[in-house]
Amino acid sequence: MKVTIDGIPVEVEPGTTILNAARQIGGDIVPPAMCYYSKLKDSGGKCRTCLVKVSKGSEKDPRPMPKLVASCRTTVMDGMEVQNITSPEVIEARKGIVEILLLNHPLDCPICDQAGECDLQNLGFEHGAAKTRYEFDRRTFEKIDIGDKIQLHMTRCILCYRCVFTADQITDHRIHGILNRGDHSEISTYITAAVDNDFSGNVIDVCPVGALTDKTFRFKNRVWFTKPVEAHRDCDHPGCNGKVTLWYKGEEVLRVTARKDQYGEVEEFICNTCRFDKKKTADWIIEGPRKVSNKSVISSNHYDFKPLPVVKTNPVLMEANKEQFERDTRL
Amino acid sequence: MARKLLLEHINVPGINTFDVYRSKGGYASVEKALKTMSPDDIVEEVKKSGLRGRGGAGFPTGMKWSFLAKPEGVARYLVCNADESEPGTFKDRYLMTYIPHLLIEGMIVASFALGAKTSYIYVRGEMMPQIRILEKAIAEAKAKGFLGKNILGTGYDLELYVQPGGGAYICGEETALLESLEGKRGNPRIKPPFPAIAGLYGCPTVVNNVESIAAVVPIINDGADEYAKIGIGRSTGTKLISAGGNVKNPGVYEIDLGLPVEEFLYADEYCGGIANGKRLKAVVAGGSSVPILPANLFLKTINNEPRLMSYESLADGGFVSGTMMGSGGFIAYDEDQCIVRNTWNFTRFYHHESCGQCSPCREGTGWMEKVLHRLEHGHGKLSDMDLLVDVSKKIEGNTICPLGDAAAWPVASAIRHFRDEFEWHVTNGAEAVTRNFGLAHYADPLPKKEETVA
Repeated sequence: MKVTIDGIPVEVEPGTTILNAARQIGGDIVPPAMCYYSKLKDSGGKCRTCLVKVSKGSEKDPRPMPKLVASCRTTVMDGMEVQNITSPEVIEARKGIVEILLLNHPLDCPICDQAGECDLQNLGFEHGAAKTRYEFDRRTFEKIDIGDKIQLHMTRCILCYRCVFTADQITDHRIHGILNRGDHSEISTYITAAVDNDFSGNVIDVCPVGALTDKTFRFKNRVWFTKPVEAHRDCDHPGCNGKVTLWYKGEEVLRVTARKDQYGEVEEFICNTCRFDKKKTADWIIEGPRKVSNKSVISSNHYDFKPLPVVKTNPVLMEANKEQFERDTRL
Repeated sequence: MARKLLLEHINVPGINTFDVYRSKGGYASVEKALKTMSPDDIVEEVKKSGLRGRGGAGFPTGMKWSFLAKPEGVARYLVCNADESEPGTFKDRYLMTYIPHLLIEGMIVASFALGAKTSYIYVRGEMMPQIRILEKAIAEAKAKGFLGKNILGTGYDLELYVQPGGGAYICGEETALLESLEGKRGNPRIKPPFPAIAGLYGCPTVVNNVESIAAVVPIINDGADEYAKIGIGRSTGTKLISAGGNVKNPGVYEIDLGLPVEEFLYADEYCGGIANGKRLKAVVAGGSSVPILPANLFLKTINNEPRLMSYESLADGGFVSGTMMGSGGFIAYDEDQCIVRNTWNFTRFYHHESCGQCSPCREGTGWMEKVLHRLEHGHGKLSDMDLLVDVSKKIEGNTICPLGDAAAWPVASAIRHFRDEFEWHVTNGAEAVTRNFGLAHYADPLPKKEETVA
């Protein structure tokens, strides 16, 4: 099937979603996705950041779709034409979605462990406005420990449902879901029951924000000061192949996560033993440094842009300074 | 006055019992349909009648039925949406309370037409009395052989169940209703697939409003052509309107579509005018989610033609100067009502009822409510109006289900038509909490259409 995204044609399998077709092309035209996770069935469609405009439905039915569609859940048709960054409507809608996602987000990035590898941070940086128009108190929740290794900080949650799908599909019994509705809905466990499962740690990796964090890593370090290294071990857990990323600070392994690809999705889910208990170099066979995109703060310690000069050139001020200087030196 | 189709025998004592209902010609359509017609005939008949969905969207019912996928060996379901929770609408509750057998009769015919062996009536949780009434009526019909195995000896089996919901507005959205009916959290599904392909338990399903299903009965009894004669243009048949607000006689009225709104509002037979001799300020024509209109634009369209109670005429002028038929929840406001407060109240409802699944609606409704709360209590800013319009635009069309649109339209339309009043709430903040803005120019005759000289 042929589909054209922002003027770039690509051949894809029938049943592919627009988002995945865009990922096959790659580059700037890939819509951002906060809730879609290719490894989790039924995920997506909720955050609405991946909205795109379908300007031509298909070869058979060339009518455009009346509304913007969620690219992660819309399958391509033969001859479909999609506009993402070439459509001002999409850019405008996405800007609105980013603002809306950040409405109740605490923006406590300076103290958040996710900062530097946060999907929401990247999204806000790339697509958001500099200022919010929201002038009210933000929603807050108490922090909850789910199990002894994972902490849930609902205040930061954007309700992407990824962890719910993980709990549903990766772990074997579900004690984790959504309570309440609307903007007071919250991720929670069944009557503060601990999530006790060999794969429960994966909810940390799938979380696009810092709502679910690794308690063994909390406040230990900033991610951009640590160094990712690929490693593996012979994990005896069925379903876990022990391929991980170790995050080093000096000689110390601060954290173990699954390997994440360029879209922030893990390549393979790992078990809790690998994640939480094996924190010595001796436990692992090192493969080499993990490649991190040079756009990421992790690899370069700063974003790839020139900061604006703090003091702008002001001719009036310069003239005044010159006069002042002359006056001072004359004396 | 035209003949009523749905509420013809509403005042007969004991019409809620099987025997009285039967003696008034009830269940004749079941006999006619099951014995003399094929399922396809019925679908064809409903298509020909031009019946449009009475739940709000106005999608032709016959078309919806013909879209139902019919794979071999897979069950099909008919689900009746009785989760009526739209503020201002109470027609389905009235129908189920007083004439429950009409709904059951419609359900049997519709289920037969769709080939459903099991059908559900999903009733809102708060309507406990109606649930009991329906269950009693189903038991009566079953005892007389109109439900269960081998109905009337035709070999057609049908089981009808009443399912109480949890009382969430979102469960009136068809896919959320199906999720709830399956016993899950009532979150709308992402479409496609549409319920006609994969609905309840993954099987092809049709979800219809109570009134749409009840309207099948007169269509089968009198024939589609007879039904299509009533009404105007593509709005055929009769419609139940639940009139409320500051009208003299609030209640449920069955009207022929195409009735002038002025007649509906002021005739003694219907609403009887505005209560206490006051003047009309604004009207919400079809339940809280449709755009609100000021009196002058409601009674006359922008071209100075009288507005009619029909899908097309109410929508005349689009969202700029028109509104929608919606679910028929007619709310009239007199000169003493505050539109800002009313808009805040509606938004509060949508904020409370948003399911929280997709972000624009979850966060946006709360934001609009807070801004409107501030405006209503006299602490607003002049920039708030533009902010509200912008937020409503960000929500509208960007959500999974139509609740986002329903939350955005009343706010956007209230600011479009009543901006003066909103601004007065800002500039006269202290005064706004003690008195109302009044009628102002909202009932003034519309200006003559200017002839543009080329």
